[in-house]
Amino acid sequence: MESININQSIAKNAHFIEEIGIESGQPVQKCYQCGKCTAGCPVAFAMDYTPNQVIRMVQLGMKDELLKSDTIWICASCSTCSTRCPCKVEIAHVMETLRIMAGRSGTAPAGKAKYVEIMYNALLSTVEKYGRTYEIGLVMQNNLKSGKLFNGADMGLPMFQKGKLKLSPSKVKGAAEIARIFSEVQKMEGGVK
Amino acid sequence: MRYAYYPGCSYHGTGKEYESSTHAVAKKLGMELVEIPDWSCCGATAAHGKSHLLNVALPARNLAIAEGMGMDVTTGCAACYQQLAHANKRMTENQEIREKVNKVTGKEYKGTLKVKSLVEAIGTIDPELIKSKVIKPLSELKVAAYYGCLLVRPPEITGFDDPENPMFMDNMMKLAGAQALDWAHKTECCGASLGVSNLGIAVKMINRILKAAVESGADCVVVACPFCHLNLDWHQKSVNKQLGTTYELPVFYFTELLGLAMGISPDELGLKTHFTDTQKVLSLVG
Repeated sequence: MESININQSIAKNAHFIEEIGIESGQPVQKCYQCGKCTAGCPVAFAMDYTPNQVIRMVQLGMKDELLKSDTIWICASCSTCSTRCPCKVEIAHVMETLRIMAGRSGTAPAGKAKYVEIMYNALLSTVEKYGRTYEIGLVMQNNLKSGKLFNGADMGLPMFQKGKLKLSPSKVKGAAEIARIFSEVQKMEGGVK
Repeated sequence: MRYAYYPGCSYHGTGKEYESSTHAVAKKLGMELVEIPDWSCCGATAAHGKSHLLNVALPARNLAIAEGMGMDVTTGCAACYQQLAHANKRMTENQEIREKVNKVTGKEYKGTLKVKSLVEAIGTIDPELIKSKVIKPLSELKVAAYYGCLLVRPPEITGFDDPENPMFMDNMMKLAGAQALDWAHKTECCGASLGVSNLGIAVKMINRILKAAVESGADCVVVACPFCHLNLDWHQKSVNKQLGTTYELPVFYFTELLGLAMGISPDELGLKTHFTDTQKVLSLVG
């Protein structure tokens, strides 16, 4: 991590800690940096900031750095941290809140984080259309958008041979109801298109 | 024992063995699983990263339909379970959220249901009843019961088993006659949500779990989630290829092993469509 002028950061984003506290419902101000979250995190090895650093950065108002970070997308939401936190901060939920906030603010994730966002969009677009996940559609859209055209291609045939890939999507009768859920959420809060 | 049953999107595809073995075992146990009519996707594992409201609304539509059936909900998939249980908690505890979500779905959910994972639903059946159905005890089999993350965490949402050392599946495997091993990675996340986007990260997470299972002396891993199964079974090849390992560790759904012990045929349970060869284990249990 490069050096940061903490005083400047606090002055600039004094309300950030409050904003995260309200949106996530988590007592982020209580964290005293014991590091238990990071010690148990199974994905910490792939993160740019560790979970305890993320919470400290929230306390310091480092909004820009956090919304651009890989960590908030790489977090697997396994809740090991949330379960073990002595201050009862659901850190995984704070990560999700930051991710949603990044999406709303239009902060484009890069690298590893970008691939996570592409997968989310690919999955949800099949759900919006059919009401259920359509695996082939998901993978095709994911590969086109990520530029990794042959991602999983070597696995596709064996999966098909075992009857585990359905060529056509399974569409629910109430597909229009699902599309309505997406458009209502978009109208009320945005962030899903 | 009647439940509103939520199959989840992988039921006819990647998780089809889970679906067939679930129904076969439920039948033996006299458990009636009534499919929620026109159920839709719960939003796992994407909605939580896009919108808090969408993340509750997608599962809520299914809860509203199930409430009309007047039965508590159960589902085999750990990710679906997490989504349904999370939405249920948010909507029963907070009237404002409930009203907002009902407006979004256009269906009224009053918040009267319980959501149980299939592990809880079967694991709370009278052990004597389960035992009475076991006609081919898996007495030679050493299993590593793997729970992963979403089935047992966070405890405020799941709560039926210990989040650090869960025992529900271990106890069921013991009833089936198998030896359930004490091992370290029962609840370590396998990284399935990163499997499509960042396989390079996921293989390292899978490797840790397979390594711990092999070191514990397990003949196989037992899971209760189609994502865990896909990751540990399908991607075992990816781990071997990328990390130079030589794993050949079969991965079973707990319902497949319960079914085998109850004398249900391997074909009916779906044991022939795994990616890692199951023959070694099948010959152990006759």
